[in-house]
Amino acid sequence: MKALVWQGANELAVRQVPDPQMRNEQDIIVRVRRTVTCGSDLHLLGGYIPFMERGDVLGHEFLGDVVEVGPQVRKHKVGDRVVVCSFVSCGKCWYCQHQQFSLCDNGNTNPMITENVWGAAPGGCYGYSHALGGFAGSHAEYIRVPYADQGAFTVPDEVSDERALFASDAAPTGWMGADLGGVKPGDVVAVWGAGGVGQMAARAAVLLGADRVIVIDRLDNRLEMARTHLGVETLNYEQQDVSGELLERSGGRGPDVCIEAVGMESHSSGPQFLYDQVKQQLRIESDRPIAAREAIYNCRKGGSVFVLGVFAGLVDKFPLGAIMNKGLTLRGAQQHGQRYIPMLLERMARGELVTEHLATHTMPLDEAPRGYEMFKKKLDGCVRAVFQPTS
Amino acid sequence: MRWLIGGAVVVGGVMVARRLLGGAGQSKDHWQQGPARRREPRWHVATVNRPASDVAPGGRLPEPLAGLGDAVEVQLRPAAGDRGTEVAVRLRDGARLPVATAARRVTGRDPEQAIRAALRESKQLIETSEVLHPDYPPTTEPTPMNKPLRMATQQGRREGRL
Repeated sequence: MKALVWQGANELAVRQVPDPQMRNEQDIIVRVRRTVTCGSDLHLLGGYIPFMERGDVLGHEFLGDVVEVGPQVRKHKVGDRVVVCSFVSCGKCWYCQHQQFSLCDNGNTNPMITENVWGAAPGGCYGYSHALGGFAGSHAEYIRVPYADQGAFTVPDEVSDERALFASDAAPTGWMGADLGGVKPGDVVAVWGAGGVGQMAARAAVLLGADRVIVIDRLDNRLEMARTHLGVETLNYEQQDVSGELLERSGGRGPDVCIEAVGMESHSSGPQFLYDQVKQQLRIESDRPIAAREAIYNCRKGGSVFVLGVFAGLVDKFPLGAIMNKGLTLRGAQQHGQRYIPMLLERMARGELVTEHLATHTMPLDEAPRGYEMFKKKLDGCVRAVFQPTS
Repeated sequence: MRWLIGGAVVVGGVMVARRLLGGAGQSKDHWQQGPARRREPRWHVATVNRPASDVAPGGRLPEPLAGLGDAVEVQLRPAAGDRGTEVAVRLRDGARLPVATAARRVTGRDPEQAIRAALRESKQLIETSEVLHPDYPPTTEPTPMNKPLRMATQQGRREGRL
């Protein structure tokens, strides 16, 4: 089959690779209808996560049709249109049974790497390096889905492919940030990053009853998108004083909940960007945490900061003093998508959650390297590039 | 990229060396003092999200652990907080010089690696009814750069902090 494979840092190619095979009785094989770029892929693409091999298939946010079903699969049959959570989780371990699906004890076939790097292994993830199981990604014609009864969800007829696609990752990740960040009716919520995940976090905050939701980015087209499609306020950090504006818009208190949806390659217009960029390139720190620092600094006393952006290793100049002295709650997680996807599909069916606008560019899989180039460099207003491997 | 991989290899190498020579999560406090400088075999422990009656029905251990035979000592106890059952395993005759242990781990012949794999596979069998396999056939190709990573993932279930 055809697939988009990682060939080395900043080097992608569409190649023929072996078709996936059923490996477990709870597996299904899915013929991919749509699969989409994610900002976290850029960390792999750039070589910032050194657990990739030449030939690894990228992609973890997708939907498609079931074409093969294992004998222990109960919820799915051949022909079902399913959206699949990007994390591989068994549904039976203690973490899964406590709705913390991305922490699954059994979903990662290479627990050794992350146990040594982070102290414990999270679950597996499609197309996200051998540290997270080495599962082949979704930028391919077919993909194997383990624990299919747990991770694959039948899409209601009234929800289009274009909308349901983002129930795989961006929507549940964003929802989790607002939910576990503790957004309540009346809250002021600030979201750093107006990419797919940031926009979904902002929309979740609106739907959870936040009084004001403010999205922060530097790209005007993304901020315009957030205003138009999500009904939220925006700040352009290259043109506005973020700290001053956040204080003014929250009665001098600071936001109740701050959601970081940027990750380890964040930018800023100030000198700290140069500082972090130099340290990252010299490998003195692995991640640039600029947005995370801002979220912590600007959060109100006793408020909550949730880290949704992907971080891989070590950061520098981390404001632990602000966390301690302001009594903040700091949380983070990869998505516990299985917890939210059924609810999100219902909201999509009711029209409460729209996502189609995120797919600014749609193209065949053969053009995926160009799609990633556009996505990485934000060319032509690209927010997400969607590939159709079997169109 | 070369810097990153180089840095990762150095850091990884130091970690692996520390673990090979020092034992997972152990300091010198755990070493027996004496002329031979031998240490107690450590317990490898996993918590299975099931009651003990499911972990060892009728006293029968799950196949991966039973396969280790009399070479290991196995203990079960209820996990605190209603988290299931703690399964602890250690070699009956595990006291060895650290250098010998390191050599066995490098060559993949350390019985402690077999204990880790058996514990992980037993937990998966009991909780999910099967052992999750990695994708096959692989889509990747060997290169000089990914050789260390390939060696590491071949030991994916046999190493780690367990």
